[in-house]
Amino acid sequence: MSTVTSEARPSWKRRIWAWLGSVERPTQAIERFSYQEDEEIDRPFNWAQLRRLLTYIGPYRGLAAAATAVTMVGSAMGLVRPLILLRTIDRGIGGHNQGLLDRYALAYLATYLLGWAAAGMQMRLTTRLGQSILARLRHHLFGHIQTLSLDFFDSRPAGNVLVRVSNDVNALGDLFTNGIVNLLTNVFLLVGIIVVMLILQWKLALASFVTIPLLIVLSTQVRKRIRLGWQAVRRRLSRINAHLNEAISGIRVTQAFTREDENQTFFSVINDRYYRTWMNTMRWSGMFGPMVNLTGAIGVAIVFAYGSTLVREDLASVALIIAFIQYVGLFWQPISLLGGLYNSLLQAMASSERIFQFLDFRPAVASPPGAPELPPITGAITFEHVSFAYAADRKALDDVSFEVRPGENIALVGHTGAGKTTVINLLSRFYDPTAGRILVDGYDLQSVALPSLRRQMSVVLQETFLFSGTIRENLRYGRLDATDQEIEDAAHAIGADGFICALPQGFDTGVGERGGLLSVGQRQLLSFVRALLADPRVLILDEATSSIDTQTELVIQHALERLLAGRTSFVVAHRLSTIQRADRIMVFDHGQIAEMGTHQSLLDHDGLYASLIRAQFRFLEGGPLGTRG
Amino acid sequence: MWVFRQLRPYYVPYLRTLTVALTLLGLFTAMTLLTPYITRALINSVLENHHWSELWPLVLALPLLSLTSGVVNFAQQYLNQDFSQKCTLRLRAALYARLQAHGFDYYDHEHTGNLMQRVTGDVEAWRTFWTQGMGEAATFTFNIVLGLVVMVTLNGRLTLFTVLLLPFLTISVMRLDRAMRPAYSRIRQSMSDLQTVVQENITGVRTVKSFAREDYALRVFETRNLAYMQYNVEAAILQSRYIPLIQLIGNLGAVMLLWYGGMEVIHGRMSLGTMVAFFGLLGYLTGPIQQLGFLVNLFAQAFASGQRLIEILETPDIVTNRPGAKELSPLEAKGDVRFEHVSFHYTESSDRLALSDVCLHAKPGMVVGLLGRTGAGKSTLVNLIPRFYDVQQGQVLVDGRDVRDWTLESLRRQIGIVPGDTFLFSASIFENISYGRHDAKLDDVRRAASLAQADGFIMELPDQYETTVGERGLGLSGGQRQRIALARAILYDPSILILDDATSSVDLETEYEIQTALERVMQGRTTFIIGHRISSLRRADEILVLDGGRIVDRGRHEDLVRRDGLYRDVFQLQFQGARG
Repeated sequence: MSTVTSEARPSWKRRIWAWLGSVERPTQAIERFSYQEDEEIDRPFNWAQLRRLLTYIGPYRGLAAAATAVTMVGSAMGLVRPLILLRTIDRGIGGHNQGLLDRYALAYLATYLLGWAAAGMQMRLTTRLGQSILARLRHHLFGHIQTLSLDFFDSRPAGNVLVRVSNDVNALGDLFTNGIVNLLTNVFLLVGIIVVMLILQWKLALASFVTIPLLIVLSTQVRKRIRLGWQAVRRRLSRINAHLNEAISGIRVTQAFTREDENQTFFSVINDRYYRTWMNTMRWSGMFGPMVNLTGAIGVAIVFAYGSTLVREDLASVALIIAFIQYVGLFWQPISLLGGLYNSLLQAMASSERIFQFLDFRPAVASPPGAPELPPITGAITFEHVSFAYAADRKALDDVSFEVRPGENIALVGHTGAGKTTVINLLSRFYDPTAGRILVDGYDLQSVALPSLRRQMSVVLQETFLFSGTIRENLRYGRLDATDQEIEDAAHAIGADGFICALPQGFDTGVGERGGLLSVGQRQLLSFVRALLADPRVLILDEATSSIDTQTELVIQHALERLLAGRTSFVVAHRLSTIQRADRIMVFDHGQIAEMGTHQSLLDHDGLYASLIRAQFRFLEGGPLGTRG
Repeated sequence: MWVFRQLRPYYVPYLRTLTVALTLLGLFTAMTLLTPYITRALINSVLENHHWSELWPLVLALPLLSLTSGVVNFAQQYLNQDFSQKCTLRLRAALYARLQAHGFDYYDHEHTGNLMQRVTGDVEAWRTFWTQGMGEAATFTFNIVLGLVVMVTLNGRLTLFTVLLLPFLTISVMRLDRAMRPAYSRIRQSMSDLQTVVQENITGVRTVKSFAREDYALRVFETRNLAYMQYNVEAAILQSRYIPLIQLIGNLGAVMLLWYGGMEVIHGRMSLGTMVAFFGLLGYLTGPIQQLGFLVNLFAQAFASGQRLIEILETPDIVTNRPGAKELSPLEAKGDVRFEHVSFHYTESSDRLALSDVCLHAKPGMVVGLLGRTGAGKSTLVNLIPRFYDVQQGQVLVDGRDVRDWTLESLRRQIGIVPGDTFLFSASIFENISYGRHDAKLDDVRRAASLAQADGFIMELPDQYETTVGERGLGLSGGQRQRIALARAILYDPSILILDDATSSVDLETEYEIQTALERVMQGRTTFIIGHRISSLRRADEILVLDGGRIVDRGRHEDLVRRDGLYRDVFQLQFQGARG
């Protein structure tokens, strides 16, 4: 006989728990892809957070009160019905009184009619309440995000922000739609049932309350377990979907690098995991209904068992027993709804924490309150000992000073990371300098109202962002009140009207998903038109590095000339022609201006600029690369 | 029903589980119908007629029955879920396999969003049909049939009254369903409009800020925000018209039961216990009917979804291994590429040739440059080498053998491609670079990255090679992404390297550095370079100038700059006045 039987045969109890147990079984599959999940993690209950959340009800207090009142009416009807039933059986049927029966039946009908009216109103009111609060919260959140500066956006993927505004806000929907109303109504209903039962027959009432604790555990704890299970399922599914999305959009890479088989293996692992998580959750979820039923059956059995003793002693009538059975059946509804509320509160903690995190984020770049408007400027720019660091230990710009006259065209040149882009970021006030000042016509950038500054200084980015909509709408983004004629004139001035008119619907052609319809060069031309419409005094331009079709390239060179004429401009230049045309070239190196001057003077100087230029022409030297036989 | 026939492989193997589940469901329904009998007996014989000895057996029967029927119910649900989940597991795996196998031609015509809708929404609809659809349909049948039988045995006339309500109930339910469908789709649409605004204003935040358009953005947002709210409220109003009515109709049954049943009891035609039992049975008829609209919908959806799924599963692959195709051994591959009178067009219907009578011969180690306008056929030409498409006329040969006579995988194993629009997976940089070479070590990956001028910036990232990139990861600049793609191709160690506008997004200084590094990489490999910049084509052994799918000029840099033509135009544009 072996002595290790206890290990070989775990107890039934343990086996059952193991079967029900861990929702997630750790699997050691290699994670080839990583899909971040930052959703649906439960947070402990937090009063301060809840109070803050509840402030959003503020303007809708009246609506909330009305919704609660209507819901109470509906609940009261439910409470009254067993009483009518009791009287009908006792006096109408038991007393063989047809007249009473008719009247009670009418009263019974009346409760349902009233309940019908109340239910309709309740649905309309609670939805309006919940949706209004959500819309307000969403508006507040999006409005706040709009005020944030680029440090916020640069530090997180766009999808992350989107999830806050849509999913996290919607996750609060249940709380705001039904939560508040349910809390009051169901406490009222539960207390009502208990009181009525106690009045009708206090002994039988106390006996039937035995099942209440069981029901509470079911509706809070068991349900929580189930909810967590379904969350795990959703997470698994969102992994599958994230991977599918990539597998489809990256299919060309996969086939080019013959990775199909490996991806198939990866997919079958996550697919199978999803199946197992689902079935694990099913174990709890599938037990929930039967357990609630069983508790109900126990309640009914108690009422019959104890009730019949009372009937025997003439302390209760048959009708009372029947009414009690109805009441025992009514327990479940308020307890279940309150349990649901408890669960949606827990869920709301996680969502609201993330929402408040965003709302508490302060913009790094902001104008002081009451900052004066920047008057119309001529476009003189001064950098006074400007330094900047994105992170504490990495200085991107180190004590840079220069002055630019109105109307001067400046080309910024240098290696990647030398500081060109930082100059642009500071000029457009995407970031503020860590030390020193930047002046426009003698005004410190930080001291004037931001919108008045940005109206007079425009940035044309390297990658043109197009909003979904028509070409015309996208161009009008430069000046919202521009007429159609003005837009077309600007397009003509830039030379973009040629390709626009060749499009199926001309200016009214939709640009499609992220402007995929247009080539890089065409998109750039559109951004030029946009900037021309905005007509800023100071133009900041990050020239696209992308190599562009020769024909478009010609148009762009001409357009650039047109765009820069008569304004102060800073151009991060990648094209020789642009550099050569500049009034002055600033050569950046390690966060400082290494050289400054015209193309010719810098070539003569034979320093960093000259070597950069020469580097480009080294391509022209030497013979073919291949090893020709 | 052909949809269900076509998709047989994805559910037939598990039908036994479903059969057991549905049998158990029938058993469960029958068991629950016993409860009203017990209640009736308790009221009639125990409470009314004082047969006290029957009390305990009957009282104990209640929880016992609930327990056993609960177990049956659990088993039924569990098996049903197991069945439908296994079906979906299999279906999803099959879809994935097909999606991996479909060629470029397939993806040229299908949008990602569209396909995603199929593999998520349609698969889900298909699953719901099998779980809820089959379950509900069976519940519906069992409840109504068994419920009616029990009710008729208890009291025929009362049953008749109840049945009279059913048509009204059915009509309201179907109306609700019809009214809600457009309402829900409006809600979905307005949510996606709302998300678009948010998404665009975040991705385009620099544009928003540089034009100081925050207020405008908020106005646009608010319009959509209110629209979304409004549609939700409208849907609630629609629902509030029907749902309480549906409940009311069911409840009218209870009122009639009380009134008519009460009379029957008064006149001694029915016992009180039967009346109470009827209260319990009412839900058996009205409950399932309230699900009817949902059920009809499920069937319609499953049919439509199934059709779309079949489209993915049944679309044949055009590019496949020919019978008798040979392995291109990595040791013997030389990288000799020959095009013999190749013509190609993308769709059967299109009469515009993407390539027309192209001939070329790239000997092992040669560098071939390709120049031309957008749409001239450059990418098409290189896409024919790894058989992303098959030629319609002429042939493409690699190492002297038609590409169609090599096995697809061994052929592609010899070709490394760096496309202009870089795709990175949501994975670490290490994982992205070693995408084609899963056995690569960190040292190998770093070596490839160094050659692609990527090691420097990668080492400065927060987690270096473990940094997650891709759509859901850290944003990299276009130039950085291209360099990672370049490292990927270098690590793949192919005998044929294709650079399709691969350095378009890096600035000139970096490009120069990459070019220098590439000189080493290109050693011993046949390389095709597509570019708009002379700087990247300049040192090719042969430069082909394409226009409208034809080779209009070919030669070396020195020859081409001397001739009038596109090449010289581009050259002059890019280097005008170059030497100051």
